[in-house]
Amino acid sequence: MRYKILTAAFAATVALNFAGPAAATDLEVTHWWTSGGEAAAVAELAKAFDATGNHWVDGAIAGSGGTARPIMISRITGGDPMGATQFNHGRQAEELVQAGLMRDLTDIATKDKWTEIVRPKSLLDSCTIDGKIYCVPVNIHSWQWLWLSNEAFQKAGLPVPKDWNELVADAPALEKAGIIPLAVGGQAWQASGAFDVLMAATGGTDTFLKVYKDKDATFAAGPEIAKVFKAADDARKMAKNTNVQDWNQATNLVITGKAAGQIMGDWAQGEFQVAGKTAGKDYTCLPGLGLNEVIATGGDAFYFPLLKDADKSKAQEVLAETLLDPKTQVAFNLKKGSLPVRGDVDLNAANDCMKKGLAILAKGAVMPWTDQLLSQDSQKQKEDLFSEFFAKPDMTVEEAQKRFAAIIASAD
Amino acid sequence: MSNSERPNQLFRNLNAKIASIPMVLTALVVFVGGTAWTVLYSFTNSKLLPRLNFVGLDQYHRLWATPRWLISIENLLIYGVISLVFSLVIGFVLAALLDQKIRFEDTFRTIFLYPFALSFIVTGLVWQWLLNPDFGIQRVVRDLGWTSFSFDPLYNSSIVIYGISIAALWQGTGLIMCLMLAGLRGIDEDIWKAARVDGIPMWKTYLFIVIPMMRPVFITTLVIIAAGIVKVYDLVVAQTSGGPGIASEVPAKYVYDYMFFAQNLGQGFAASTMMLLSVMIVIVPWAYLEFGGRRRG
Repeated sequence: MRYKILTAAFAATVALNFAGPAAATDLEVTHWWTSGGEAAAVAELAKAFDATGNHWVDGAIAGSGGTARPIMISRITGGDPMGATQFNHGRQAEELVQAGLMRDLTDIATKDKWTEIVRPKSLLDSCTIDGKIYCVPVNIHSWQWLWLSNEAFQKAGLPVPKDWNELVADAPALEKAGIIPLAVGGQAWQASGAFDVLMAATGGTDTFLKVYKDKDATFAAGPEIAKVFKAADDARKMAKNTNVQDWNQATNLVITGKAAGQIMGDWAQGEFQVAGKTAGKDYTCLPGLGLNEVIATGGDAFYFPLLKDADKSKAQEVLAETLLDPKTQVAFNLKKGSLPVRGDVDLNAANDCMKKGLAILAKGAVMPWTDQLLSQDSQKQKEDLFSEFFAKPDMTVEEAQKRFAAIIASAD
Repeated sequence: MSNSERPNQLFRNLNAKIASIPMVLTALVVFVGGTAWTVLYSFTNSKLLPRLNFVGLDQYHRLWATPRWLISIENLLIYGVISLVFSLVIGFVLAALLDQKIRFEDTFRTIFLYPFALSFIVTGLVWQWLLNPDFGIQRVVRDLGWTSFSFDPLYNSSIVIYGISIAALWQGTGLIMCLMLAGLRGIDEDIWKAARVDGIPMWKTYLFIVIPMMRPVFITTLVIIAAGIVKVYDLVVAQTSGGPGIASEVPAKYVYDYMFFAQNLGQGFAASTMMLLSVMIVIVPWAYLEFGGRRRG
């Protein structure tokens, strides 16, 4: 019996060995794009890569980035690397690069002149560690959007606000009409992200950078940030009746007019699209909460683990080139609802909100986001703080700010 | 010791000893080795990857200054006391009732034990729905006419941990009942007869004769319950994922979140070392009393 299994195993290995070189090179790509719109976008990437004569093996990991990243990282550190993997560019893969587990793409980048085509330049900077390029940015996602339901304001007999302050002023009237003024889901990152957006919008870009880039703890404890906390306090009061967990459930409250607004990244747009809503008519989007029209250049990028197999390494190069190809960029980003990373592509099919984003991008009004500035460790502490702050009405603004300053003081 | 007089003791029962080598190695390498490694690296500033860069007690200082960890500990204590007391009491009472030679004992036993067949994840999801104010118990009672009835433990920061304990008790008491029932069945019928002849009331027989005789069963049960308390994780993830805010966080979840989401191994290791320490504080004195005394005797 044991002998038979052994033979079968040998036979299988032999068969695999023979099959290997004959077929095109398979490259496994892991990512966490599993919702409807996201999966459609990934399919565009796969189609483009397959057209080069290689084969895209889809390694989608369901859940969110938080679920997927530990799996990806343990595969890379555990000696079973995939061909390529998604991360948010910034600091998530920093240590993997420093440990020499990721492939240096500088040669391909110089050959294809990435520094000239990738826009804004800060995207490539987030891929660069010690002067070498380690990732291919594929899109730009920004957090700083306020999504408003026109229907909800109509019901309350109010004009649609033009910025955050007007929304705050409208809150009592909205509540009287039985509408939640602001939807914030229960997941920790939503509260923390909303706070960052409020800081960038009410405090301005310099304030944001002083806190998160320079990590100035004295400043974080000072009066400028106290104003931001005041705004966060407004937000938490406005959001107190949101009884949902996931971000898309919160977006759905806005879509159905049960909530008036939501602070959420541009990925929320996909939800409005799927629901068949039109930008400008059914919903309104305000970049930078209507106060500070700057967008952050977070987003997704592909990293390539260092592989021994020569064929696969070659396929990695092909994939890197494919991802930045103008045609792939347009097809992918239209489905994903994000902005392309190169300025020389034609995006006529984009909707109103995307065009607003493109216009801001063209003006060069961009800033880095916390993914690029803070380590995951500091991010997590911040999430813990703000999920507590939003869920616990008796936590004072002063106490929260004191703890926030302490996190910034120890941030790296 | 009397053993030392026989030098060939090492080779006695050789087959059994050889057979147990794999398990001994597993215990040494995986449990002891893994634990030592974790404790060692909890004194470093390892982030995503383990690195031997010692920072002394920094991780522990940070740990005990983190509100989330303190809340986790508090929750674990409340949850621990509740599940220990209630699952022992309810489990024993159910077992004693079943032991009265009632009809359909098998049916009742199956009903009570049934929840144990479900994983904590399923239990958590079931109770998340039951305790949801819009779909669960609150809604049903309100539909019956009591419109001001309010029961939403999972959405109230100050009582959320009790909501979680309810689900844990529902899942776990069946097993405790079965263990207790087995213990009760192990008591000799003659003891009951003797007690009856002496005219001792039934509750007194249970309290002063049967329970002391069931000491080994109680100890086994205690260990099973205690292990379940310290490692509680999946129930919380399924029911509330730590919310609202951070009101229902538990230590095991802190360890996982900081090791994998926050990419801070050092901090996660420090937290898991504290968990180990708390288990040791309970287990070591007990093991010393339980086994240390007997060897001398």
